Amino acid sequence: MPMTLYRHAINRALNEELANDENVVIIGEEVAEYDGAYKVTEGLWKKWGDKRVVDAPISEAGFIGMGIGASMLGVRPVMELMFFSFAYVAFDQLINNAACVRYMSGGLINCPIVVRGPANGGTSVGATHSHAPENLFANMPGLKVVVPATARDAYGLMKSAIRDNDPVYFMENTLLYGDPAAASDLDDGEFTLPIGSAEVKRSGTDVSLIAHGRSVLVALEAAKQLEEEKGINAEVVDLRSIRPLDEETILQSVAKTHRAVLIDETKPFCGISSQIATTIQQEVFDDLDAPVLRVTSIDAPAIYSPPLEKEQVPNARRVVEKVMQLG
Amino acid sequence: MTNQPEDQSNYAQAEVNLQLDADQKINLMRDMIRIRRFEEAALKYYNAGKMGGFLHLYIGQESIAIGAVSLCGENDHIITAYRDHGHALAVGMNMNECMAELFGKSTGCSKGKGGSMHFFAPDKNYWGGHGIVAGQTPLGLGLAYGIKYKGLNGAALCFLGDGAVNQGTFHESLNLATLWDLPVIYIIENNGYSMGTSQERSSAFKGSLAQRGEAYGIAWESARGHDLYEVRAKTQKAFNRARNESRPTILELATYRHQGHSVADANAKKYRTPEEIGHHKENFDPLSLWKNQLLKEGVLSEEKHRQIDGEAKAEAKAAVEFAEQSPYPEISEITEDVYFEVDQGSTAGKTGRHFFHD
Repeated sequence: MPMTLYRHAINRALNEELANDENVVIIGEEVAEYDGAYKVTEGLWKKWGDKRVVDAPISEAGFIGMGIGASMLGVRPVMELMFFSFAYVAFDQLINNAACVRYMSGGLINCPIVVRGPANGGTSVGATHSHAPENLFANMPGLKVVVPATARDAYGLMKSAIRDNDPVYFMENTLLYGDPAAASDLDDGEFTLPIGSAEVKRSGTDVSLIAHGRSVLVALEAAKQLEEEKGINAEVVDLRSIRPLDEETILQSVAKTHRAVLIDETKPFCGISSQIATTIQQEVFDDLDAPVLRVTSIDAPAIYSPPLEKEQVPNARRVVEKVMQLG
Repeated sequence: MTNQPEDQSNYAQAEVNLQLDADQKINLMRDMIRIRRFEEAALKYYNAGKMGGFLHLYIGQESIAIGAVSLCGENDHIITAYRDHGHALAVGMNMNECMAELFGKSTGCSKGKGGSMHFFAPDKNYWGGHGIVAGQTPLGLGLAYGIKYKGLNGAALCFLGDGAVNQGTFHESLNLATLWDLPVIYIIENNGYSMGTSQERSSAFKGSLAQRGEAYGIAWESARGHDLYEVRAKTQKAFNRARNESRPTILELATYRHQGHSVADANAKKYRTPEEIGHHKENFDPLSLWKNQLLKEGVLSEEKHRQIDGEAKAEAKAAVEFAEQSPYPEISEITEDVYFEVDQGSTAGKTGRHFFHD
């Protein structure tokens, strides 16, 4: 079975949506002639030309804001941030304009923009290039935040994101782009996946490992170790979308396993896992046999030192240890 | 003092102004008077505690919005900053919906969700009304991008204040405007003060702020914003450049706000002398200047002026009554107009939790 890599799945979704809708335009740094800093947009400029795939100068606030303005007129820009860490340069545009314009206009204005790019640590590029800011953006009503862990999810969710009439911030991962563990069989033709739907990636009975993005792969690896070494059968829930959030799938899993460990690469203070923990204690408190525990990034700016950074972000060993603390 | 360009050319003879007939000239006057009377009524009821937040008044600058917007066609789009009431009325929004928005009522143009700084009317090509200084400048560029992308013959008019020219997004927008040949017209309404800080204390420049465009290869011009003929003549040149060549322009219009930065501007009478304010009101009030011009041309009578002024006052008064009688939004409406799909009641809008309050 030919497996499609994560980067190629996104590329396929972009290519298909460029074909489906003439208002779709890809804009970003190095997305066209360079073929994408991480080769996500490879071949698209050659196929679609200057109008549909546009190299932007290093000017995030300017070109992201421009894309937001164009989207109000019905253009559907898919804007690449070479790293989501660069979103901070364009923060005013991403929050005050994209997230608020529908609301402030009393619902008169659509802002159908996708902002996509890698949002992860673990690659030894230091604090400025290693942010996982999904919690910051998911905090803002008006925005949708999607963090796919597999090629299949990235493909289906990207197509939905481009077709959505609200801004969708689509957070990818440099470590997943070429990772065979994130690759999927995509042979079943064109499809979309709904934003706001989680998926149980591994069924289990003893503990729910709830994660998003690359942490899902970490959870799956931990689940394997837990089964092989401890005889613990873990369920892995992949959020896929942070906002909207599929609470039903989370709660069903916890109600079944009675234990939850949340794996979350954001920083712990008001991280994604903080919100999930609130929901669990509020909705299924009586089903819990243990406190909800978390494995987040260790609470400091991203460290450079390669072996240390692998400890700072969630890894399978830390997840296994946390599960064993549940008693 | 703001720079008042010396050019005293007779802009009445510009082609775009020669085309105006008497009725059109009187309508331009009516449009300016309506803004003035609307805002005077708003000020009265703001001071009476009927409105929240800020109220940034456009009084003194009316000739700019009216002059520039009077040149817009169906493919032209308009965006501005937070001093947006004048532009809103200029594009054809009515006083009722604008006043009700100030009162925070559900009949407001944004259903009471935007407030004074955030008026929108996309059906009239009016894209706000933006609260963050210069935050609208890349959006205006995006409107121009959209116009060009869709193959339309039009321009984006992006208004900004002199306080906005030092923000990074404005400079980024200028670079992109030239780089991608976008039909955007940046109109700097230079009223001399970014809040309480004079232009001299906030901006490093030679000659004029618009001249900064030279660094980006952008055509620029300065003009007297209080002169309606001049505003129209110079804006028309920019429109021609945008529509015919798809090239940007920076137009800096010298103007003056009679009121403070906002009504809440506690130092409004400290950073400007009473003499300075009086000088401008007496000599550069665009309403007086235009009225006198039309009297001189013989297209207007005092009686006609009184009649139009009376109608504008009555319209503003009726707008206040409309606003006062309108209901506030319901608490349940707070979470409407956040997500398109949720408002549609679609499957997508019901997939996953969108709101997280208890």
